[in-house]
Order: sequence, then structure tokens, then C-alpha cells
Amino acid sequence: MNLTLYVWRQKDAKDSGGFEKYTDECKDISEHMSFLELLDVVNERLIEKGKMPIAFDSDCREGICGTCSMVINGRPHGPWKKTTACQLHMRAFKDGDVIYIEPWRAKSFPVLQDLMVDRKALDDIVQAGGYISTNCGSAPDANSVQIGKEIADAAMDAAACIGCGACVAACPNASAMLFTAAKISHMNTLPQGKPEAGKRTLDMVNAMDQAGFGNCSNHLECEAACPKDIKATVIAEMNRAYAKASLTKR
Amino acid sequence: MNLDAKIPEGPIAEKWENAKFSYKLVNPANKRKFDIIIVGSGLAGGSAAATLAELGYNVACFCYQDSPRRAHSIAAQGGINAAKNYQGDGDSVYRLFYDTVKGGDYRSREANVYRLAQVSRNIIDQATAMGVPFAREYGGTLANRSFGGAQVSRTFYARGQTGQQLLLGVYAGLSRQIKAGKVTMFTRHEMLEMVTHEGRAAGIVTRDMVSGKIESHAGHSVIMASGGYGNTFYLSTNAMGCNVTASYRAYKKGAGFANPCYTQIHPTCIPVSGEYQSKLTLMSESLRNDGRIWVPKNKEDCKKKPEQIPEEDRDYYLERKYPAFGNLVPRDVASRNAKLMCDEGRGVGATGFGVYLDFSDAIQRLGKKLVEERYGNLFEMYERITGDDPYSTPMKIYPAVHYTMGGLWVDYNLQSTVPGLFVLGEANFSDHGANRLGASALMQGLADGYFVIPYTLGNYLGSEKPEKISTDHAVFKEAEKSCKDRIEKLLAIDGKRTVDSFHKELGLIMWEHCGMARNESGLKKALELIPALREEFWSDVRVPGSGANLNQSLEKAGRVADFLEFGEIMCRDALTRDESCGGHFREEHQTEEGEAKRVDEKFSHAAVWEYKGEGNEPTRHEEPMTFEHVKFSSRSYK
Ligand SMILES: Cc1cc2nc3c(=O)[nH]c(=O)nc-3n(C[C@H](O)[C@H](O)[C@H](O)COP(=O)(O)OP(=O)(O)OC[C@H]3O[C@@H](n4cnc5c(N)ncnc54)[C@H](O)[C@@H]3O)c2cc1C
Ligand code: FES
Repeated sequence: MNLTLYVWRQKDAKDSGGFEKYTDECKDISEHMSFLELLDVVNERLIEKGKMPIAFDSDCREGICGTCSMVINGRPHGPWKKTTACQLHMRAFKDGDVIYIEPWRAKSFPVLQDLMVDRKALDDIVQAGGYISTNCGSAPDANSVQIGKEIADAAMDAAACIGCGACVAACPNASAMLFTAAKISHMNTLPQGKPEAGKRTLDMVNAMDQAGFGNCSNHLECEAACPKDIKATVIAEMNRAYAKASLTKR
Repeated sequence: MNLDAKIPEGPIAEKWENAKFSYKLVNPANKRKFDIIIVGSGLAGGSAAATLAELGYNVACFCYQDSPRRAHSIAAQGGINAAKNYQGDGDSVYRLFYDTVKGGDYRSREANVYRLAQVSRNIIDQATAMGVPFAREYGGTLANRSFGGAQVSRTFYARGQTGQQLLLGVYAGLSRQIKAGKVTMFTRHEMLEMVTHEGRAAGIVTRDMVSGKIESHAGHSVIMASGGYGNTFYLSTNAMGCNVTASYRAYKKGAGFANPCYTQIHPTCIPVSGEYQSKLTLMSESLRNDGRIWVPKNKEDCKKKPEQIPEEDRDYYLERKYPAFGNLVPRDVASRNAKLMCDEGRGVGATGFGVYLDFSDAIQRLGKKLVEERYGNLFEMYERITGDDPYSTPMKIYPAVHYTMGGLWVDYNLQSTVPGLFVLGEANFSDHGANRLGASALMQGLADGYFVIPYTLGNYLGSEKPEKISTDHAVFKEAEKSCKDRIEKLLAIDGKRTVDSFHKELGLIMWEHCGMARNESGLKKALELIPALREEFWSDVRVPGSGANLNQSLEKAGRVADFLEFGEIMCRDALTRDESCGGHFREEHQTEEGEAKRVDEKFSHAAVWEYKGEGNEPTRHEEPMTFEHVKFSSRSYK
């Protein structure tokens, strides 16, 4: 198939950036390609013409590392539900399609180049409390605490977050609530995570605010954009945990 | 080259205890005087960084991704082994040890493997304490599954995302230490040079991948946990950024490289679909628990739809040839048999390089719901990539490069031939011999990082009392200069071919001549093709842009330049290892039934390559492998 791409090109954080149109480079595209392979092909053709290739992030290319991050036709990770950009395949498009590709847009994610952004703010949130404070060597036998399957499964559902930031990119307020709440839910649900639950919730929510992420006004765009199907119910859970922890703190 | 493995005294079950007792300790107040550099934030590097920081050391940890949480350990699906014997099905430390040595085709070091089996049990405890949501039974205890090469259920898992969950556990601990100021994390930093001083590890030189800045980092010790080199083949199940650069740079500074030819080809990957293919996707081996592998009995049926081929015309070749293990034979056996079937002309799919992995029996036996619970996300992933629904039609799979058993040589203490340089995880060569069993890499990475290096590093620091060299020292300045010169050189060539085109060509040479089956003439051919390709690269590659900012082409060019040198060493090693063992299959050495035939009298050793300077052939050394507990036998999975 032949396509027209409009790709956001921006030299560095200071550059103002803008869309550039590509047509010659996007001819004869196979429907079996992944979306990132389309960009690989375009890049090869750009380099051959002596132009700079499009910078974009990717690593595992199997939907698990959370590295790839781009808005495709207005949707983070593109048109397929529960699918990262690297797993999106060109079957999703047809001959003659026009595709717009942009970086994640959020104040807390400055653009580094073209489609690449800096997501350090997400690490900062986890560093504020997304852990269980147990040193290596002091763990009891893993079967000494039984954890019901339902609880383990619920923790796993929340733990499936890959930290890509699509939820932030999708949110009109650029809120990181879904990301933060998923981590809090994963940890707080498990018995091992209970002792620090209150402090964890307060610290992580505060870190999220400090990093400049916006508030949640229940648009639920985050849930729709999440490639791992993290449910927005974790946000309500977090709000309850936050209220409870604030009360006991006072 | 000194290859003293420093195996501790005593019976095998007591060696690790004896070693720990004999190790020098660093007193708690002194630990903070030591600076440790760790390259890698995967299971091995991340767990080492967190644990050493907990003990009080100052750690600087490096990764090329934008967050330590994205190291390629994240992609592991199937599970992690541990000799817990929670199922009461006869597992024990000794059995895990035995299975690993046998599975490695008698090319690993018994003492190391035994220790690995011993500490495997602590790993599950530690990971659980860190909040890893392992699968559970309804009663609340941990669930297990079985994996290739074992007849007990000792594999722990978290849906199909075991690596991710273990890594997130490690990342949580690491994040806590970053917050505490004990670990300084350098993301988007690529190690380009290793620095030694008077024969000891002194530090590294990195490139800040955003600003382009070349920086030196000095430490009392350097720990390399940079993962495997499967991307030498271009197409593999590794992530796009996986590279050999970190370990190769250490090799060039005197670290011996052991068994570079040992590569593992994973039997269950999604077949290649076209030339644009950028990586191969693994379908977890756990699928072989319930999926049945087959090809049509008759060539003529290969182009038919699988539904149209009646039961009696299907050849479940693994069940036929290996009744005891069936679809659960070790990876090398499963891979080679798939290749055999396709070479016979009985492969399926558009290219003819595929075999069926069929779940219809499992769905009948267990019900769709249970199958979905076990493999749901893998099935979804498969459908997304191929457009086929595995609930209604068999998957098509083919082997792909997956894991590298070779790596920097280390002794029992995980120290390389360069004092002060330790190597952990997939980057070292130690525990898997010539073939790794499924679910054992996660175990090894975490064993090394959580439970071995905290002791052995202390012993090095406590007994050798190394000095830290200033980054102003000439050795750092020279290393920085060599990095800068190399970058300038790459940018200045301004030839016609892209970096990727060279990488793909190298990959094809490697796959053809140093892949699933190897022979003398093919390897010799590769040894001519690779240097020629390398020469062309250095005269005709085009790397656009500059070194002074973010430049992905430049990053790739540096990695491919190293692959182009390293691929040659792999072939050289494969050529000199004139036997078949594990993942290294030399066509000249096989039984009548096509099984690998070892030549124990000549090759029961690790081959360790020593760098001898630009343009000179490396020297091959040997560390003999002796087996006191697991007696040599031909592996049989019949
Ligand atoms: C698809 C897939 C599935 C797998 N499934 C399983 C499984 O089910 N069970 C199992 O036991 N094993 C499995 N494995 C194998 C296992 O995942 C790996 O062997 C293991 O996780 C490697 O861990 P590591 O810490 O050594 O390296 P990695 O996790 O690869 O980490 C390497 C680290 O080094 C850094 N790094 C590399 N080069 C540089 C450089 N030049 N400069 C700076 N930093 C650098 C990276 O940024 C990264 O942080 C699987 C592997 C793959 C690819
Ligand atoms: S590249 Fe890893 S999730 Fe897309």
C-alpha cells in the first residue's frame, strides 16, 4: 500500500518543531509490517536520500517494555485497542491512508527529538514510594503467607502496567493518575505491601503533583488508551486510600 | 591468561558455605567508602545495584534505555525455576543442579551450578517479599508449571509476564535506593569503553545519548551486567538495543571471552514474514506444556489449511521421536527437529519455514477458559502480529536466536580475568554450559545479583583494597579520546549504505553459517565474508548527523561496528570446537538419528579467547570442565 505520513519533526527540546509530510518514502508498504517497521523503512529511505531519519523510541518491540510512545492519528499507540505502537500492524491501515504521528504531549514529558520524550517524571513517582522496604536477605519463605488467588490476580492486573505514559498522553489534563494508581493498587493489594500502604499512597500522589502532572476530571481517556487494559477503578481505589491516609496522618 | 576458577574446598553441597566463611568482609562503616560501577539495570545489574546499595556501597548504575525498568529482562514470559519442591514431586537442589548440568550438555562448571540451585530458593522468597505477584493456587500457595528439560514442576510464573514482574520487583528496590541517594542512576547512557589501570578495572567511559557528551566514571570495581549478544544475528528475540559493545570493550581490555559460539535458538517464535522484519517475537516455551507440535506427513499437504489435514496425516514428530519428553524436549532438540522437518520440505506457512503448534487437544481437555487463563496474553499477542486466532487454528512457529550462553569468562566469584571486573547475568558464561534450560536465565541473573555478588565483591574489596583512580588520570583521558575518535571516524565516512543494511547482511551470514547447524566449510566461508563486510562498513557506511546530540544512527553504528568484529570470534570459536554440544551443532558430529555428538576427550572445556591487539588473531585458552557428580552420558530424552 502507499501512504502519506505527517510526522512531527523537532531537532531538540528547544526547537519549536512542526509536521513534515512524507509520501515517496511510504510507498509499497506491506500489511504484515509492524507500525515501527514502517518507520524503519521510511528511515532507511530518508538516510539514502541524505536526510535525517525520524527519531523514535522502541526496544522490545513486543509490547512489554513500554519504550515505544507515539500518538498515531490522535490516539496514543494508534487505532488498535490494548495494543502498543510496536505491536500495531499495518493491517490496520489501507492504501491511500493519511497518518499523523506525534510525540506524547504533556508538560511533564519534554520532547527530546522528533517523537522521543523524557519520561523521567514517571520514575520519580515510583521512587517516592512504589516499593516494599525489605532488604535482600530478610525475606521469609514465600509460602509462609498465603495469598488468595483473587488477591494475587487483582495485584497482577494492576502490576501489568508497562509505564509507557499513554495514559498521560491521552488525558486532556495530562494527568498521571492511572499510572500512579496502578502501582499503588498493585502494592497495597498484597499483604506484603500493607504496612506501608498509607505512606506510599501519600508520597506517590504528592510526587505526582510535584512533577507537574494534571488532575483527574474523570474523562477516562486513560483507560481507553492503556495498552495493558488497566482499569480506571484503580483511581477510585487510590483516592479512597489517599483520603484514609490523610485522615490518619492528621 | 589465568583461568583459575577458584572453586572452594569441600563437598559440593558445602562449597558455597565454605566460601562465604572464608571471604573477607568489609565493615559496615567502610562500605560507604567504596564506589561501584554497574553497567546494566536488568535482573542481574538491577538486583546487584539495589542489594549493594542496601549494604552501604555507593553505586552508579547505567542503562541505555530511558528507565531502568525497561531492561530486556522485562520481555521474559515463561517463568523462573527454583528448587522449592512446593509440589512435592521429587524436586531438590540436587535435581535442579543435575538437570542444569545435563541440560547444558556437560559444558558448565559443577560448583557454580550447584550454588545456583542452592540460592534459587531464596530468589522466590526475595521476589515475593518485593511484591512480585506470582501465580497462586486457590488455597493461596504459589503455583508451578513445568518447562522443557525437566520432569518436575519447579517453574514459578506471573501470567505470561514473569520477567516483567521480576524486573519490576528489582526496579522497586532500585528505586528505593535511588531515592535514598545510594544509587545514582544514569539512564540513556551507553558504555563505550572500559578503563583499566595497572591491570585492574578502574571505570568506564559513557556517551550521554541525549547530549552526546562523553564522560568518564571511576570506581573501586566495575560490574558488567549488560545482557546477551544475540543481536549479532540482527534478527533475534532480543530488544533492538541489545548489544555486545559493553562486554566486547571489556574483552578488548583483557577480559577473556568464553564460548562465544554457544547460542541458543528458541524453538517457539513467530516465523519471519518479510525483509523489513526488525525482530522476532518469542512465544513462550510454556506453550509446549499444552500445545502439540506437528507438520504434515506428506509434503503435498503443506500448503493446505491445517484443518483440512486429517489426524492420520499429521506427524507429531517430537512425540514420535522422544516419547518420554515429547513436546517438552530441551530447546536445542526441539529447534533442530523443526529445522529438519522444514529441510525435508514439510514446513508450513508462506515461506515453508514453520511448524504447527496446536492447542485443539488442550482446549478439548481443559476447556477454553483454562487455556485462556494460562496463555491468554500469548494468544492475543500472536493474533495481533499474525492476524490468526490460535483458539481456532494452530499457531505457526519457527526457531529463532534467543539467548547466548557464551560470555565474559568468570571464576567462581564471578570475577573476570581483569581483577575488579565482575560479570553477572547473561553477560557471563558461567552456568548454562552449551545449552540453557528454560526459566533458568531469570534465576541466574537474580542469583548473581541478589545472592552472589554481595559476598564476592566484599571479598575483593576487603582483601585487595583497590584504589580508585581519578577520572583526570591519563587512562581515562585516553579512553575518552578513543571514543571520540571512533565517533568522528564513523561520521566522516559518509558512504552510501545505511547501518541497518550492514547489520542485516551480517545477520544473514551468521544465521546461514553459524546458526542452528554449522560445518567447517560454512564457518570458513563466514570467516572470509565477515572481514570483507567489515571493511566495506568502514569505507561505505552512512551515518547522518553529528555526535553532539541525540543521534540514533550513530548509536546503532557503534554497536554494529562491534558486532562486525565479534561475529568473527563467534565463527572462529564454532570452527575450533570440532564437536557438537548443546546449542552448538556441528553437522560433522551427529548420530545416525541426527542427535548432537559430543567429543568429551577433546572438548570438555570452556574455550576462552584473549584479545591480542588490532589485526592479530585472538588466542584460545582452555579451562577444563570436570564432572564429579553428574556423569557424562549422552543426553537422551527418548
Ligand atoms: C523474549 C525473551 C523471553 C525470555 N523468557 C525467559 C523465561 O521465560 N525465563 C528465563 O529464565 N529467561 C528468559 N529469557 C532470558 C532472560 O530474560 C535473559 O537472559 C535475562 O533476563 C538477562 O538479564 P540480564 O540482567 O543479564 O540482562 P538484561 O535484562 O538484558 O539487561 C541488560 C542491561 O544492560 C544495559 N546495557 C546493555 N548494553 C549497555 C551499554 N553498552 N551501555 C550501558 N548499558 C548497557 C541495558 O540497558 C540493560 O539495563 C528470555 C529472553 C527473551 C529475549
Ligand atoms: S517497544 Fe517495547 S513496548 Fe513497544
